[in-house]
Amino acid sequence: MSSAAARLGVLASRVRFEEKNILTALERRGVACEQIDPRALSVRAGTPWDGPQIVLNREVGHYRALYAASALESAGVTVLNSAAATAVCGDKWQTSAALVARGLPTPETTLALTPDAALKALEELGYPAVIKPLVGSWGRLVTRVTDRAMAEAVLEHLAALPSPQSHIVYVQREVAKADRDIRVLVVGGRAVGATYRRSEDWRTNVARGAVSERCPLEADLTELAVAAADTVGACVAGVDLLEEPGGRLTVLEVNDRVEFRGLQSTYGSDLDVADTIAALLTAKAES
Amino acid sequence: MQETLVAPECPECDAEVSLGTDARVSEIVECPECRLELEIESVEPPRLLLAPEVEEDWGE
Repeated sequence: MSSAAARLGVLASRVRFEEKNILTALERRGVACEQIDPRALSVRAGTPWDGPQIVLNREVGHYRALYAASALESAGVTVLNSAAATAVCGDKWQTSAALVARGLPTPETTLALTPDAALKALEELGYPAVIKPLVGSWGRLVTRVTDRAMAEAVLEHLAALPSPQSHIVYVQREVAKADRDIRVLVVGGRAVGATYRRSEDWRTNVARGAVSERCPLEADLTELAVAAADTVGACVAGVDLLEEPGGRLTVLEVNDRVEFRGLQSTYGSDLDVADTIAALLTAKAES
Repeated sequence: MQETLVAPECPECDAEVSLGTDARVSEIVECPECRLELEIESVEPPRLLLAPEVEEDWGE
């Protein structure tokens, strides 16, 4: 590392498999890196920050990640992924809108501004459909709705929730798919690995017990994943794809602080995901 | 066999929790006795806290 290289930091309140391996990979590369705990972070607006100039955002909490990125950027720090990318990836509607604007295939989605409007939207989309929280992860509170009676019950529960955001309802046509989805890891504009995620649960989140298997990096899959990551402005991204009947791929979501334990386990020594991210970070620091 | 640091005690049940030499601050470990998630507050000297509860917006 040259003496002119920018200082690096990794922002994380919870050091999991991913963060630990990224920190270790940076150390193996001989790159000094500061571990920044956002629970102890405050940034004064308009005042230069004396911490690292390049920070990898690995904070587990969405809002803390989003505002930490924004605050650090306001202090002149380069954050990977950017606050803008985290804002889009962390909000399902913002992601859908960005994908549609780019012309990328994504499941048919409607945003209803009240639970009453959502019922009408569901009738138009048809059943089964899926209701998702705008901000959420690991498949929590994602609800498969099979008929009007069920929709009315779910929407009544949403209407009773105290948060105004809960009353804005994201509804999506269910994609008839195999018992798997595809996770493509994109780093620096390149698809570096992909896995099928199979589950008995209709939600194929690894956090819900889905099993990962290596997926060949075919051109159609990698091109779509790279385009999706680029659309949301994420240089490190976990892009989730679904295969529609007939094999057409569609983009379900893009994750900006990607968990890759399952993917890494399928690749073994053929791919070091943490080192790939460390290499990107190091290159940014030296550029 | 991996080397271990001096084993700190679980703040909940006082069981010894072995930490590897690659332990890091803010890393989450599990108590072998009570199975609670613990956060490594300090590596030198090794010190453990109860890990924070999972919040609604956590995850990818």
